[in-house]
Amino acid sequence: MLAPRALVLRAPGTNCDHETAHAFERAGGLARRIHVRALAERPGIADDHQILCIPGGFSYGDDVASGRILALELVTRLADMLQRFRDRGGLVLGICNGFQVLLQTGLLLTDPAGQRQATLAHNHSGRYVDRWVRLRCQPGNCVFLQGLTEIELPVAHAEGRFVARSPADLEHLSAGGQLPLRYSPDAAGRPTNPNGSVADVAGACDASGRVFGLMPHPERFIAATQHPAWHGRLDPDTAGSGLAVFINAVRATA
Amino acid sequence: MLWEVDVSLTDANGDHAARQLVAAARDLGLVECLGARTAAGWLVEGDLDRGQLEQIATRLLADPVSEVFLADEPGSPRLTAAWDGLSTVVHVLPRPGVTDPAGLTAAEAIDRLGHPGVTVRSLRKYWLPPMDATAAETLAKRLLANDAIHDVVVGPLAIRSLAGGGNWSFASHPAPLTGLDDAALEQLSRDRCLALSVAELHAIRDHFAALGRPPVEIELETIAQTWSEHCCHKTLTSPVDHEGPAGRASYGNLLKETVFAATQEVRRSLGSGDWCVSVFRDNSGVVRFDGDHDICVKVETHNHPSAIEPYGGAATGLGGVIRDVLGTGLAAKPVANLDVFCVAPTDTPAAELPPGVIPPERLLAGIVAGVRDYGNRMGIPTIAGAVAFHPGYVGNPLVFCGTVGIMPRGSADAAVQPGDLVVVAGGRTGRDGIHGATFSSIELTSESETESGGAVQIGHAIHEKTLTDFVLEAARQRLFHAITDCGAGGLSSAVGEMGATLGAEVELDRVPLKYAGLSATEVWISEAQERMVLAVDPADWDRLVATAAAEGVEVSAIGSFTGTGRLVLRWQGELAGELDCHFLHEGRPRKTLPSRCMPPADAPVVWHPRGDLAATVLDILALPDVASKEWIIRQYDHEVQGASVTKPLLGPGDGPADGTVIRGVLGRDRGIVLGVGLRHRIGPLDPYQMAAGGIVEAIANVVAAGADPHRIALLDNFCWGDTRRPDSLGTLVEACRACHDLAIAFAAPFVSGKDSLNNVFSYTGSDGSPREISIPPTLLATALGQVPDVRRCVSPDLKRPGSRLAIVGLSRPDLAGSQLELTGRVSGGAIPRVDPAACRASIHAVARAQATGSVLACHDISDGGLATAVAEMAIGGLLGARIDLAKVPCEGAAELPATARDLAIAFGESPGRFICEVAPDREELFAEALGDVPWAFIGGVAAPPVFEIQATSGESSKATLAALATAWRGPHAAEENS
Repeated sequence: MLAPRALVLRAPGTNCDHETAHAFERAGGLARRIHVRALAERPGIADDHQILCIPGGFSYGDDVASGRILALELVTRLADMLQRFRDRGGLVLGICNGFQVLLQTGLLLTDPAGQRQATLAHNHSGRYVDRWVRLRCQPGNCVFLQGLTEIELPVAHAEGRFVARSPADLEHLSAGGQLPLRYSPDAAGRPTNPNGSVADVAGACDASGRVFGLMPHPERFIAATQHPAWHGRLDPDTAGSGLAVFINAVRATA
Repeated sequence: MLWEVDVSLTDANGDHAARQLVAAARDLGLVECLGARTAAGWLVEGDLDRGQLEQIATRLLADPVSEVFLADEPGSPRLTAAWDGLSTVVHVLPRPGVTDPAGLTAAEAIDRLGHPGVTVRSLRKYWLPPMDATAAETLAKRLLANDAIHDVVVGPLAIRSLAGGGNWSFASHPAPLTGLDDAALEQLSRDRCLALSVAELHAIRDHFAALGRPPVEIELETIAQTWSEHCCHKTLTSPVDHEGPAGRASYGNLLKETVFAATQEVRRSLGSGDWCVSVFRDNSGVVRFDGDHDICVKVETHNHPSAIEPYGGAATGLGGVIRDVLGTGLAAKPVANLDVFCVAPTDTPAAELPPGVIPPERLLAGIVAGVRDYGNRMGIPTIAGAVAFHPGYVGNPLVFCGTVGIMPRGSADAAVQPGDLVVVAGGRTGRDGIHGATFSSIELTSESETESGGAVQIGHAIHEKTLTDFVLEAARQRLFHAITDCGAGGLSSAVGEMGATLGAEVELDRVPLKYAGLSATEVWISEAQERMVLAVDPADWDRLVATAAAEGVEVSAIGSFTGTGRLVLRWQGELAGELDCHFLHEGRPRKTLPSRCMPPADAPVVWHPRGDLAATVLDILALPDVASKEWIIRQYDHEVQGASVTKPLLGPGDGPADGTVIRGVLGRDRGIVLGVGLRHRIGPLDPYQMAAGGIVEAIANVVAAGADPHRIALLDNFCWGDTRRPDSLGTLVEACRACHDLAIAFAAPFVSGKDSLNNVFSYTGSDGSPREISIPPTLLATALGQVPDVRRCVSPDLKRPGSRLAIVGLSRPDLAGSQLELTGRVSGGAIPRVDPAACRASIHAVARAQATGSVLACHDISDGGLATAVAEMAIGGLLGARIDLAKVPCEGAAELPATARDLAIAFGESPGRFICEVAPDREELFAEALGDVPWAFIGGVAAPPVFEIQATSGESSKATLAALATAWRGPHAAEENS
């Protein structure tokens, strides 16, 4: 049986594509990095892939707003491909900037009228932050989080504050299981929400559970040695808890 | 048609920029600014009607959930209407010609939406309470804008078009030097910002007299760029007659006979085991890594630009050193950055700041933001760094940026071939950064901000990222013979260097421009960022163009390398200038420089004991050199690329690291470790010991983190005052001697380096007299180490209650220039001196001990001494510790009075010492590995969160872990978690 194939999409300013591809390979998949220009020229490339991943970075510099220009590129040039990909049951994963892109495209968290129900705004601190957070998973039907309850991952972003359009939208999305990943308190009971996200939301999926975006970086914790406190505490040959996200994706499409 | 679109947040609470402005205005007591709102503004010029514009705003510029927009013609009253009673409207926009990354990106996106040819300029807009225009302008200039790059407009914008100037028509300007006396020559050099000496101008005059014609402007500029201190290190490579504590010495070429010579000697002694690949000749130094890869490293300074525009200066400093690595051999992939800043204490009262300097707190914030925004966007983890504080840096802050790269073995050597095309790739050329190379070789004055604004560049990181992606792909396909970055001196220096022997012909009108109107000379010397020059075989040109197009990068063939030995510059076919390469690169007159250094004798030591030892630890932890840099580190992406092993903040308590470690290749276990050493406080006391101590500190840092001590490469970065003065040059010579001696003692070769001289700030004092402030002699030593297996790395944070703490290395009661001295408890006395053999022994012993697996945690002892080091380990591990000073192996402490003895043992900064946490069941292994190096068990680790220091009298003092952490984290900590 062939290993599932992941297409890791990059654009000018994408900078987590190598390690994200590496994570899919560690999880038993095959990964191919592709520039959005090349994919737009030959959208058929996506047809023999089961997973589409938009990795982290600063697509187009995030100069106008994070993820917005790549999202515009996707909806104007690759809308048909995306539709086909989802109709075939493909999995879509957006990490950090990729999550921002997924929200901006409307692939995630839109109401029946196609209007967006949520956005990712500037961190409450007004600054970029790289730190580790603890996360609570309530997987529901989210393919990527199956079997996970609590994990640790790093975040690294300036625009990760989850904002819902209205309290009713938040309630609706939460009740529908579309907000399956939340920042939770650390071992000492201190909150780890790094950006002021409403309801501690760190990740969101669509109703099918097959399109998932998250601000934390699972590809940055696929090996124990990536943890800031591994020395003398964790077996360096064990996996990090982020690897499960990729294994789940690979298994679900095998 | 010109339009303005303002985009603002619907939720005022999310308007962080407004909150920050209100807080800053209040802190500075500037004006009563009780409220503010902000907006991102866009000036959009093109063939667009209102409907099209609103569609662009909806789809591109504003977020439908969190933002609203308002679009109209600039100057329309709607755009400057009061907002919740805030009736003063301030616009801050980049000056014409200043790189505007957001505007460029928006224009590209609008093009993709089907509207080609649109020009966009971004701006920031602020609504403030009612106030007069002058007050608003003052506030904006203090808090919101930098005169060097921004325009401030209060009230309606009166702008009607973004269009630039017209085309430049060719003209050649002779610059005759004959008939000018020395004073006139000096004047000419100053007026044209050439930074050439009279002797150099004589050489140029004679050269052209022999040719029977005067030089033209572009030729003179080319020579000035090539001969600048920045480009050819004329001081460090000069003949020097030196008189110092070790006697008289004459050098034919200072750098060659000290630093280079040491490297040659180390390589000879390594014989067939020599692991240096390419040193001191390319843009960075290259050493062997594993069977398939070499690694390279470079550290640069960007001091003068950062003094004037901290954000842009620091960002482009980092951008430049990244391109140095990219432009090494046949290109290396950048995998890690490091950043070290030296600034004046951030609490320096405004009244004590000389005129024309940016207050240190704002300067540091700007530098950090510049590095953050550039490094993070590049996707290169910033893994190491330091911040050092000293009043001498008030007018000349130091910004060191370093990059490590990795390349396939066999790609370290590159050679331009005759007939190769001269190809410029990446960003377009504009008027930014004209005279950067010569400017950085001239001292700063209080007018520099207004005089030299053109020398400041603004970076566009995404252009550099796409350029990097392109270069690495082109390198994989072997599409070029050689590559170098366009840094100081711009094309003149890049093409000049690549064609130094072959010569080149360049058609300057083929260089793509950001806007029309640049003269040939401006094109040639512009330091516009994000450009690389490649030597390309014409047969590979088509593939190169296709590869560039796939990454969205512009490449232009602007000429060819000829083999004539002449540098010929043309503009639309007309000869603009012609230089003999030999004269350009070898014609600089060399003068023997007098040099003298007699370090002052040690001042008598005076003790002022105060509080107990624990209280002293708390004071030291809060000192700026020692205190946590978490507020900076967290703004840097230090984990991107996924290779992180030992981070800058470690353990459950986020304690400090020594060296930081990354995997060289994902999925493999061989690691790269980076460490720095900086002993700037010793500089004014003894430059030799300052340099030696810094080198030992850098090496100790990487070895503590797991580096193999037999494979450490060093880098030097000399930042000095006015070395035209013999007594200042003397201190530089002493530092070079230290580099030589230490490199040999540790068998650690220097592989690259850089210098920044003339860091003197001159101004007029309040009494009208001329004043100047020089930086302390500062050597930044960087160590690039290698870890055979990252899974065996140890970190400094304490691991396990019940384990024992050992000190390795001998302690001496030398406290001059120490952190303890800064707390006021001691002054004078001897400085900590390096005993190279003893330091080498303790460093190798610690590496042996780590290899046995007996070491649970390891920290080198540097700023703040033994007690501070243990406190840092406790903070990182969230565990308590106890040390007994009576057990510390000392020399020279016994004769001191008891309180002084305790302070000296606890806080002395003797170099080459470590604290190790030793696993309880492996003490024998540990002891065996250390051999006859001085060491002792001095205490242990305990679960209760208390640090206890037992004085030699047996009396003990304690501090809680919470108190230690609070002192170390300081006032920024709370903010961090908000």
